[in-house]
Amino acid sequence: MTSTEQHKGQETAFAVNAKGYYGKFGGAYIPEMLHPNVEELQQNYLQIIHQADFQEEFQNLLKNYVGRPTPLYYATRLSEKYKTNIYLKREDLCHTGAHKVNNTIGQILLAKRLGKHKIVAETGAGQHGVATATVCALMGLECIVYMGEIDIQRQAPNVARMKMLGAEVRPATSGSKTLKDATNEALRHWINNPVDTHYIIGSVVGPHPYPDMVARFQSIISEEIRSQLLEKTGKENPDYVIACVGGGSNAAGAFYHFLDELDVKLIAAEAGGHGIHSGMSAATTFLGKPGVLHGSKSILMQTEDGQVVEPQSISAGLDYPGIGPLHAHLWDSGRAKFYAITDEESIEAGFELTKLEGIIPAIESAHALSVLKYLNAEANETVVVNLSGRGDKDLATYMKYL
Amino acid sequence: MNRITELFQTKLHSVLNLYFTAGYPTLNDTMPILEALQEAGADIAEIGMPYSDPVADGETIQQSNQIALDNGMSLKVLFEQLKGMREKVQIPVILMGYINPVLQFGIENFCQKCQEVGVDGMILPDLPMDEYEEEYKPVFDKYGLLNIFLITPQTTEARIRRIDEISGGFIYMVSSASVTGKTSGISDEMEAYFNRVNAMNLKNPRLIGFGIKDHETFTKASEYAAGAIIGSQFIRVLQAASDIKTDVVEYIKSVKVG
Ligand SMILES: Cc1ncc(COP(=O)(O)O)c(C=O)c1O
Repeated sequence: MTSTEQHKGQETAFAVNAKGYYGKFGGAYIPEMLHPNVEELQQNYLQIIHQADFQEEFQNLLKNYVGRPTPLYYATRLSEKYKTNIYLKREDLCHTGAHKVNNTIGQILLAKRLGKHKIVAETGAGQHGVATATVCALMGLECIVYMGEIDIQRQAPNVARMKMLGAEVRPATSGSKTLKDATNEALRHWINNPVDTHYIIGSVVGPHPYPDMVARFQSIISEEIRSQLLEKTGKENPDYVIACVGGGSNAAGAFYHFLDELDVKLIAAEAGGHGIHSGMSAATTFLGKPGVLHGSKSILMQTEDGQVVEPQSISAGLDYPGIGPLHAHLWDSGRAKFYAITDEESIEAGFELTKLEGIIPAIESAHALSVLKYLNAEANETVVVNLSGRGDKDLATYMKYL
Repeated sequence: MNRITELFQTKLHSVLNLYFTAGYPTLNDTMPILEALQEAGADIAEIGMPYSDPVADGETIQQSNQIALDNGMSLKVLFEQLKGMREKVQIPVILMGYINPVLQFGIENFCQKCQEVGVDGMILPDLPMDEYEEEYKPVFDKYGLLNIFLITPQTTEARIRRIDEISGGFIYMVSSASVTGKTSGISDEMEAYFNRVNAMNLKNPRLIGFGIKDHETFTKASEYAAGAIIGSQFIRVLQAASDIKTDVVEYIKSVKVG
């Protein structure tokens, strides 16, 4: 574990600006071939999202299809162990097993309103791929999912689910053969199919407006946390919100309504891999510098020459060399504190939650749980951990440590 | 005067621009390829700065980028190789690549090095127009470098006009919505798009790129623009070359003469 806390003046504005920037980060660094699609989204996403019929359909599906609101569960034995009050936001109970589906529901409704009838997506752990394949089945749209060859091997159950759901899973065989490369392939596919295809990106990354759009669709997480906490504790604001960050969508959703509530400490858990000095890590804020990848300026793991470094994590969903521009801004401004959690630590936290609470977390989410031991929260404080997904897909990995 | 500007003052027909990746097939092939291009009668040389994640490129150019990086190519090495280039090569030279390596090198440093070795312009497909105008253009201007923008069949008329306003040298007219390396040739749909752009009376000449590979496609493209750009096919030629000079000269002759 390592942590940084930067304090660079007071930043209270964490919303995206008209040009798609969060502070110094964001924008739309895309080749001209993608410009018409991205501009179409930029000009329409807010208006579509705010339409009454969109909201009605979105909320209805979140409730009756996804199973929202997800519980905010007081974890008694975990709280005893860490001598504080720990609530788990149970995104693992969403249909398909992770928070990813909040975003895919939103984007598929948007895609339909833009007249697109084909969907392309990238996936790392396969959770976003499954969530995309699911909504495509639901809406009867054609679905192609790019997935790194290595991830196809380590997340076999999700590959099978996508296939059963009718999606075509295409292996990304270039570069590190993981999430970064799957994203490259999905972008190339979109370049080649600009008219009829919508790209459902799986995290708060990519060119503007994707980071803001995905954060809005995921913001339901913190919206619910606030009202559930109010009901349970009489206060809307916890002292801490902890979430793991791959690209950063579950964290963006869990932080969203607390961004300007400065009494709420925002904590991000990155994948430290074998440790940040091991050369086998995915801890972007510890190892990265400002740079441009997949259409936005953010913090990026790269060589001195500006070549993207291949990241390494036990968790396919966190195995990404960048973070979304919102998170780069939260880091840069000191609004959020970042931890790098090693593979070992995440596995321990996964087993701990299983033993104490009977919940098997996704290895991604286990990274967030792992921060608890460093928090030293007071007995009267309230900690919310976003349990972004369930661990069924990770059983083969967990079993190696049993 | 900038060599690209100068070229188009005297030649507005059948201009041939060849793209190749720096450091490919082997690290020190950059200068020999440049010299061969000049000898073979190419009008412009476009040197690709390799990048780990070239999203606008198809497999052929992706692979050449990866091999070049594995060979040890970087901007530092490239500028080293290009030192003294202007003693041997007089044709305009463009650097083409993605923005991130340039950002890490430093924009000012990059432009200064370009001027020093005699580079004339840049194609940076993922550099947005607004950012270019606000942050980059003053530096490019200071060092006498032109920035060349892409347009596609989907680019709106208003946007083409704005690109024409801020572009220098020429406009890169992408023949179809796709990544590089498509070999479909020139369709009726493309011709309609070329004609539409030609009717706009733009101040910059256009070169057509993507899908140009031989005499037939080059000649056809030249009917609709000032000339054309060959990328992936030239990479394939270099990949198969037994002697760079002979094979480059022979290939270019086949493109120009048939
Ligand atoms: C359960 C779970 N949590 C977290 C992530 C990481 O993504 P993000 O950082 O966008 O939430 C993934 C990605 O696959 C995931 O499956």
